[in-house]
Amino acid sequence: MSQSTLAIRRISAHAGAAPGENVERDELVCKLIDTTTCIGCKACEVACLEWNGYTFTETVFDNSYQTMPETTWNYWNLIKFNEHEREDGSITLLMRKDQCMHCADPGCLAACPADGAIVQYTNGIVDFQQQNCIGCGYCVSGCPFDIPKFNPTTKKMFKCTLCVDRVSEGLEPACIKSCPTGCLHFGTKDDMKDLAETRAKQLRENYGIEKAGVYDPAGVNGTGVIYVLHDITNPEAYGGLPKNPHVPWVVRIWKGPAKWIGNLAMLGGLLGVTLHYLRYGPKEIDAEKHEGEKP
Amino acid sequence: MTNGWIDIKNTDMMLIMGGNPAENHPCGFKWAIEAKRTRNAKMIVVDPRFTRTAATSDLFCQIRAGADIAFLGGVVRYAIENNRIAKDYLINYTNAAFIVKEGFQLPEDGLYSGFDAGTQTYDKSTWNYEEGGDKSGEAATAAPARGHTGGATAANANAASTGGSAASQGQQPGSGSGPGLTGQGYTGMGAGGAKAMEPTKSAPTLPGKVAYDLTLQHPRCVFQLLKQQYSRYTPEMVERITGVPKDQFLKAADTFTSVRKDGDMKKVGTIMYAVGWTQHSFGTQIIRTAAILQLMLGNIGRAGGGVNALRGHSNIQGATDMGGVFDIWPGYLKAPNPTDTDLATYLKRVTPTTSKPEHWDSFNYWSNTPKFTVSFLKALYGDAATKENDWAFNYMPKVDRNYSWTQIWDAMYRGNVKGMFAFGMNGVAIGPDSQKNIDALKKAEFLVVGEIYPDETSEFWKSPGVTPDEMKTINTTVYRLPCAGFAEKDGSMTNSARWLQWKNVAVPPPGDCRLDQDIVAQIFLKVRDLYQSEGGKFPDPILKLTWAYTNTLHPALGDLAKELNGKALADLTDPKTQITIKRGQQLPGFAWLKDDGTTSCGNWIYSGCWTEAGNQMIRRGTEDPAGQGIYQNWAWSWPANRRVLYNRASCDPSGKPWDPTRKQVWWNESAQLWQGNDIPDFKPDSNPKDHMGPFIMNPEGVGRIFGPLAAFADGPFPEHYEPIESPVQNPLHPNQSNNPVVKKFKTAADKYATPGDGFNIICTTYRMVEHYHYWTKNNPMNVQLVPEAFVEIPVELAQELGIKGNDKVKVTSARSFYIAKAFVTKRIRPMTIDGKKVYQIGIPIHQGYRGIQEDADRNARTIANRLSPTVTDPNAYTPEFKGFLVKLEKA
Amino acid sequence: MELSRRNFLRGALVGGAGISLLGFDLTPAVAQLKELKIARATETRSTCPYCSVSCGVLIYTIGDKAKNVTPQVIHVEGDPDHPINRGTLCPKGASLEQDILNPRRLLKPQVRRPGSDHWEDIAWTQAIDEIAHRTKKIRDETFIEKDPQGRTVNRCESLAWIGGCTDTNEFNYLVVKTMRALGLTYMENQARV
Repeated sequence: MSQSTLAIRRISAHAGAAPGENVERDELVCKLIDTTTCIGCKACEVACLEWNGYTFTETVFDNSYQTMPETTWNYWNLIKFNEHEREDGSITLLMRKDQCMHCADPGCLAACPADGAIVQYTNGIVDFQQQNCIGCGYCVSGCPFDIPKFNPTTKKMFKCTLCVDRVSEGLEPACIKSCPTGCLHFGTKDDMKDLAETRAKQLRENYGIEKAGVYDPAGVNGTGVIYVLHDITNPEAYGGLPKNPHVPWVVRIWKGPAKWIGNLAMLGGLLGVTLHYLRYGPKEIDAEKHEGEKP
Repeated sequence: MTNGWIDIKNTDMMLIMGGNPAENHPCGFKWAIEAKRTRNAKMIVVDPRFTRTAATSDLFCQIRAGADIAFLGGVVRYAIENNRIAKDYLINYTNAAFIVKEGFQLPEDGLYSGFDAGTQTYDKSTWNYEEGGDKSGEAATAAPARGHTGGATAANANAASTGGSAASQGQQPGSGSGPGLTGQGYTGMGAGGAKAMEPTKSAPTLPGKVAYDLTLQHPRCVFQLLKQQYSRYTPEMVERITGVPKDQFLKAADTFTSVRKDGDMKKVGTIMYAVGWTQHSFGTQIIRTAAILQLMLGNIGRAGGGVNALRGHSNIQGATDMGGVFDIWPGYLKAPNPTDTDLATYLKRVTPTTSKPEHWDSFNYWSNTPKFTVSFLKALYGDAATKENDWAFNYMPKVDRNYSWTQIWDAMYRGNVKGMFAFGMNGVAIGPDSQKNIDALKKAEFLVVGEIYPDETSEFWKSPGVTPDEMKTINTTVYRLPCAGFAEKDGSMTNSARWLQWKNVAVPPPGDCRLDQDIVAQIFLKVRDLYQSEGGKFPDPILKLTWAYTNTLHPALGDLAKELNGKALADLTDPKTQITIKRGQQLPGFAWLKDDGTTSCGNWIYSGCWTEAGNQMIRRGTEDPAGQGIYQNWAWSWPANRRVLYNRASCDPSGKPWDPTRKQVWWNESAQLWQGNDIPDFKPDSNPKDHMGPFIMNPEGVGRIFGPLAAFADGPFPEHYEPIESPVQNPLHPNQSNNPVVKKFKTAADKYATPGDGFNIICTTYRMVEHYHYWTKNNPMNVQLVPEAFVEIPVELAQELGIKGNDKVKVTSARSFYIAKAFVTKRIRPMTIDGKKVYQIGIPIHQGYRGIQEDADRNARTIANRLSPTVTDPNAYTPEFKGFLVKLEKA
Repeated sequence: MELSRRNFLRGALVGGAGISLLGFDLTPAVAQLKELKIARATETRSTCPYCSVSCGVLIYTIGDKAKNVTPQVIHVEGDPDHPINRGTLCPKGASLEQDILNPRRLLKPQVRRPGSDHWEDIAWTQAIDEIAHRTKKIRDETFIEKDPQGRTVNRCESLAWIGGCTDTNEFNYLVVKTMRALGLTYMENQARV
């Protein structure tokens, strides 16, 4: 398979700066999901499967229109259905497309111990690099949305790529393109934010949906997938969308202060090595092995 | 649709009822959402269930299945009471001012005047207009037409819409069923189908000069009769019948009619429906009620308005247009009956003459019927159709009774139909009463199935319940021929917006599959060979059928499309413009058709689809300069590439658009022509001062609020009747609960339930967005989305019966049973109907006994339509799949 | 350090394979973008066969329609030029690839004989021959030229045609033509139900 390139903003477990950071204009991409116009048709589910080459998963009916309880390693995009009683006693059906949120501050990436297994491109897409993935599952603990899933056959983690293969060629993600009502929309983060706020305002002012608002949680520094909700005060009603998602403190400590402790330890080690070198001189390196390190 | 999918974006108000477009037409539904986003349009959804369409609505009313006429009739009453009426439109563009004959009676007791209980039919002679002139100002002296009770019934006016329709799903223009009433006339005016065929002695006709009262005060004018008819549909009565609480109903009525607040004409409202309306024993009349409402509100012919039959399948619009049903020929020409002893008699019977107020004008486009008919016969029989042999008129079979869908199966069940061809049509699963259809096939001599997947119909002989011993006694020979899928064929399909779109071949058919047209051609040519060599009964129609295809055994669809469009059989010159068309050239459109044998045309309404300029259906122009979603250069739309029907009605009587921001067509005084962003659906040079009516397919020139004479089998105005199986007696007239002209079938298989037998739950059937009929159960992608059969059950009913979600349940009707998992939901609530607590349940129809899950034994292998009754609408002959009675228990 | 980063970026931009520099594996910066799977496929415009909206679809097949290639469908998506669907599709339209490439497709003519419990293969010529003979026999046996009142009706009431919802207009016309010529009156379509 031929390969394309995309500059990188962040990279997991990588010493030093991310290789692509700040080299080009950052145009963050974003997916807007307007739950007030979602009809739960699942075109996005099928378009995702079709584009990404996943075919058939055996499912079981479970007193719902929902295809399965949650996303899986090969089912990255799932509409969550919730029968919801409004304050006036009437019933409605809340439908929300669930998938990777492509956080600006991705907990999965922070938690990942494998060098280069998770990257964030300069356009904001958070992508798993399966060839570097060690299958440890730490990304799961870092993700406030419970998105990364383990493939037991390949022992690697998978999730939505925001169709980075399409986006890098100038196309929109497959789910976005398919969406019949336009409840899904794609563009730059700034544009999507404007569109979302305009829509929420329209819902408040023209349709009397007073609590309509935009979900773009600050706890992860905003997301590359944002929602318009009828009731921004109750995201949990939409199939467990967390009210204040954040990267777990363990991950923060591990990658924050703990990392510096580690770095200090590493520096200490380096110092030791240097002193050792100064004192004892270089070690002979096997030529053959040296060759082998070259690409 | 009178309008089109994209046109929905132009609306201010939507009533979605009898349809679930978010699930069944998701990509068209985007334009409803667009109207909400860009125009702050409001959406009202009325449905027995809270559907996924309802989830995006602004107001939802849960209605009892089959109570739609009561609901809409209540809205008509509300509009009249609150003066939410487009008065100029009503007076000038509808038959509201027409006066109805004395003797006509409204159905206060459930029956219109003229009912014959013995035959269950009406003598419709009183359902007619009064002959005469201007009766304005004579109201005071006129005696109201009283009903039989001597009480209030007035005579009704007649106004009918155009006939019953030909096919069911609604929208056939002209067929009356749809919005027909406004005369969509293309289907034949007046009565479509069999009604028209009732051999009549001398059938009464519409008067040439109609008496009228433009003040709408005459007690027998259509408007007063309308007012009287629906005066009984009070909010309290609506609640009793429909189960929609009065306050909710009033909110819906107020919201929908608000577009005509204070008579302002700028705003527009649309109504969208599908088979939730057609599939009742009074389906056509539901659609008529909607059309009456839209005519009163002045919403037809306007951008963002109309009565829009969404239809359910890719090319059933085209199949109806093409006369793929028994009662019509291509282009909604009526099939002849035995009284049509020759062509002249036939043409006299089916060609309407104008019927209107004396000083008004009427285009009466169906007056061209002879041209369409002769050109069609020339397309079929070419040189063998001559003036001397009446253009081969007698080669065509004559029908004198109902040969529709349910009749086929009934005739086969009784041993009269011995052979059947089923191409892409899974008749067993489609039902109604699937078991009756299976048992019918057991009696046939042969069945030919053309399909791409194994289906229930081709495998009826091993359907669940057939024992090995019984199988040995089933003597039907079944041929199952592998056909080509959509991507393997070219050709055009007509969508519900009347767009003919040509598609291309992407891949060759797999394996030993053959193109459908090749199979039919090869069978026919073989039959023809046999008649040639052996002779046989009346071989002429077979031997002389035109077959001018480049490759006889493989007729190219392009060749057939050209034949549909029509060509000149002699040099033709238009006397006005002196433009000449040479012999053999493709015609530019139906205006060129002649009744003297100098033109041939397979389907007049498709004339213009493949002209000398080539295939118009393949066009891909994406420009839309008016921004109204007209897309004049994308594909081709019948008739004559018009995108919104009756668009003359988008202007006031003087020819100025009602709303200057949504201009469609207008009268250009200096050019003395109608012009527009769309093609005017009108006589292009008719000056507004001549007062030609915009509904050019009706002989009146105006929309029919009253459907006169044979337009409808069951009454000139819609009346609420209960479904054949109903939990209550009709609150309006308990002694005439059901539609009086609906006849039940009488074989041993035809059983109908009553609440007294313990069948108290209303069951309705439908499709889901994840599946397509009985097709996608073969597609793993769709199967994983909805893997199993289920029944949607209200929480309260489930609790009463001790049923929990995912439990296996058994639904039983008078016919048979169905087994599936329980989907216990809050989205269907218990209802109070006429004081009685009533539950409704819902069954998606997508499973059967052949499919991915069925073959893996992951489903009970029952068919939903084992439950549905064989009873049909008397106008469109569509079965009552919605709203029949069942019992429910844990399996 | 500056120099090293520039080197790296150059490598990334030319799409070279990962290089090992200072012991760090930099592969991820340049790998792992799947190639666009439809990049060089043939695009055919078609119409979705399901509902009455009639969305435009693009069918992508391998090969460039050269003679020596059997096209195979690799992807289907919405036609963005189509004025109604504008590239969107529903879950049925989005799964059309699996409808075209479906292992359940019927691939050869079959017949089930009277009393039999199984399908048998039959050659096309034989199937068509048998069907034509049966059609003629039944038509000849049951054709009605005059009704009881002696009026010409010229019809065959013992054969029926039921047509499907996806049949094209041109095919429907061929059916109307041939079946009416045979005298059929029991002619119906999904349009009714």
